[in-house]
Amino acid sequence: MTYFPEEVVEHIVDFLGSHRDRNAVSTVCKAWYQVERLSRRNVFVGNCYAIRPERVMARFPWMKSLGVKGKPHFADFNLVPYDWGGFAQPWIEAAARGCPGLEELRLKRMVVTDDDLELLARSFPSFKSLVLVSCEGFSTDGLAAIATYCRGLRELDLQENEVEDHGRQWLSCFPDSCTSLVSLNFACLKGEINTNALERLVARCPDLRSLKLNRAISVESLNRILARAPHLVDLGTGSMMVNHHTEAYHRLINAFLGCKSLRSLSGFWDASSCCLQAVYPVCVNLTALNLSYAPAIQGDDLIKLICLCFKLQKLWVLDCIGDKGLAAVASTCKDLQELRVFPSDIYGAGTTAVTEEGLVAISSGCSKLNSLLYFCYQMTNTALVTVAKNCPHFTRFRLCILDPGKPDPVTDQPLDEGFGAIVRSCKNLRRLSLSGLLTDKVFLYIGMHAEHLEMLSIAFAGDSDKGMVYVLNGCKNLRKLEIRDCPFGDDALLKDVTKYETMRSLWMSSCDVTLGGCRALAAKMPSLNVEIINESDEADEFQENLSDLHKVEKLYVYRTVARGRTDAPDFVWIL
Amino acid sequence: MEDLDNLKATELTLGLPGTDAPEKPSPASTTGANKRANEECCLPVAKKQVVGWPPLRSYRMNSIRIRKMDAEDNTGIYVKVGMDGAPYLRKVDLRVYTGYKELMEALNDMFKCFSLGGAEGHEESGYAITYEDKDGDWMLVGDVPWEMFISSCKRMRIMKGSEARGLSSST
Repeated sequence: MTYFPEEVVEHIVDFLGSHRDRNAVSTVCKAWYQVERLSRRNVFVGNCYAIRPERVMARFPWMKSLGVKGKPHFADFNLVPYDWGGFAQPWIEAAARGCPGLEELRLKRMVVTDDDLELLARSFPSFKSLVLVSCEGFSTDGLAAIATYCRGLRELDLQENEVEDHGRQWLSCFPDSCTSLVSLNFACLKGEINTNALERLVARCPDLRSLKLNRAISVESLNRILARAPHLVDLGTGSMMVNHHTEAYHRLINAFLGCKSLRSLSGFWDASSCCLQAVYPVCVNLTALNLSYAPAIQGDDLIKLICLCFKLQKLWVLDCIGDKGLAAVASTCKDLQELRVFPSDIYGAGTTAVTEEGLVAISSGCSKLNSLLYFCYQMTNTALVTVAKNCPHFTRFRLCILDPGKPDPVTDQPLDEGFGAIVRSCKNLRRLSLSGLLTDKVFLYIGMHAEHLEMLSIAFAGDSDKGMVYVLNGCKNLRKLEIRDCPFGDDALLKDVTKYETMRSLWMSSCDVTLGGCRALAAKMPSLNVEIINESDEADEFQENLSDLHKVEKLYVYRTVARGRTDAPDFVWIL
Repeated sequence: MEDLDNLKATELTLGLPGTDAPEKPSPASTTGANKRANEECCLPVAKKQVVGWPPLRSYRMNSIRIRKMDAEDNTGIYVKVGMDGAPYLRKVDLRVYTGYKELMEALNDMFKCFSLGGAEGHEESGYAITYEDKDGDWMLVGDVPWEMFISSCKRMRIMKGSEARGLSSST
């Protein structure tokens, strides 16, 4: 090995794409560490507090693409207070100083300000792609800076961010010389857009393939855009509110007829069933369809649409599709790989919702299904066992029974056996979310069978500490564990503290862990940040004044080489 | 225990003897440590009170909430419906229907002497269903999305074929 010339090692390492492989290579010896770090182009930091940004830039000076994640996943459901952290600023500043050749930045669940975006726009002359997912803290002013200063921008992809509307001018800030856009997604913006500027921008970007409009874009504007960009592959339609017998509707029909390359559709916010016929011509080629923001599209009209989409691989719908609609999906979409069914009513009506029957139908028709997110009001063990048998290829399985702790309605039993069947059958399962009535037994099954499980989400489940211990002992590849409202306490938390060094993070909220248990964990494991998030009145109390018996409301534990953090707000205690 | 049995036996209910509502196990409380409560009969907890449940991103929760609020706006929208040749008018509550299909069926029932071929089928049947909107214009029913229609409809009229043909779009 020591005779191996570096150039050869570098050449070999170049073939390695995955972060895991490259990380492994870098630990072989110092020489290989050097070769690897200088040749790595894509860097992914799964937890922004696991390492200081400067260290990342110093280690990978030739980085072209950086991805960083901030807040824990449960922040999506408002369980993490607003100013907890996850700031993009130190990352953008460090990159501006250390890696000016950066071309791509992807941030998820982070706080990004307009100043950050302006710094980004001005600091990287070769910058090509910005993807912000579930971020907040910026406004359309920040977008204006990106548009103005990023020459050669190829991609601006804003997914489900909270963006303050400071006016429609930002889109006009793309200079006339900007002709390089390939992907533009501003579907999450709430405000009006300068449609003239948008139409001209689309017209001068011949490589534009993905365009996702926000709800403010009218059908008239959509028509003009489609006329200028018939090569679109991926379209978010904007409002789609159109009257059936109008000129605009007829032009829409013609516009879609011209879109021969369209493979993915989303949007449809205000679309009504009667104008769906306009998209029929593209249905036969669609591989992805997202109707999850279109409550008016349901019943027979929805089924008629689905029955044309026989090449569909990814489908996101609302539960008003019903079991009958899912049966139509099952018989039509034989290539389906990913299905998400979202609730359209969470207030207990449940009349138009889907049940276990719909899921069973899908499983028998769509054997290639590997990713599921399913909201429903009830599930049975029998159904889950059938699904497990029909679809052994699940890599992601997330079932959310809307009534917390609800048992199998037929047998009144917990759903342990059903989920047990899933983990036994799906050998490649990487992500699992549980719901319904569950005892410690389901965790025993998970620990025994879910060898490749990386992320587990648990809510309102389990009987005792044993449940959590089964999981920590059994799941060798576990990276993220998030738990809420379960009877797991200090004994479980402290059973095997070294386990947390092998994981990215642990979240526990509304469980039975105490301050004493957390203090013990922090004392034993200096390589972890043990964060207590305390929003109650007692937050005014100093941490020292509270006894060990004090119940901890929210606990977030993660491995880190950066001890503590300097930007934690008052209510976050790092032990 | 015996007393309880007797109490139950002599309890006055409106149901048939021998039928009892199945006891629902209570969903977990919001305070964390909880036992599986299926050994007790508890009242179902209002789902809304659990923070962060169901696990949906804010954007989706908000759009569900908005739709729910709209639906709960329970002031009925009563509009008069007249038909050529009928001696009296009728009144319908537009809030009751979820879409054009249901409305047409209801009108069909009310005015049995005409047959309807859907909102576009007026030419064949000889009748057209029209409505007066906020601006005072007479419009053909079925053009605009349902929500828009019920918020702008002041009254309806079922017109005879010869008059109605002028309203249909030239296709």
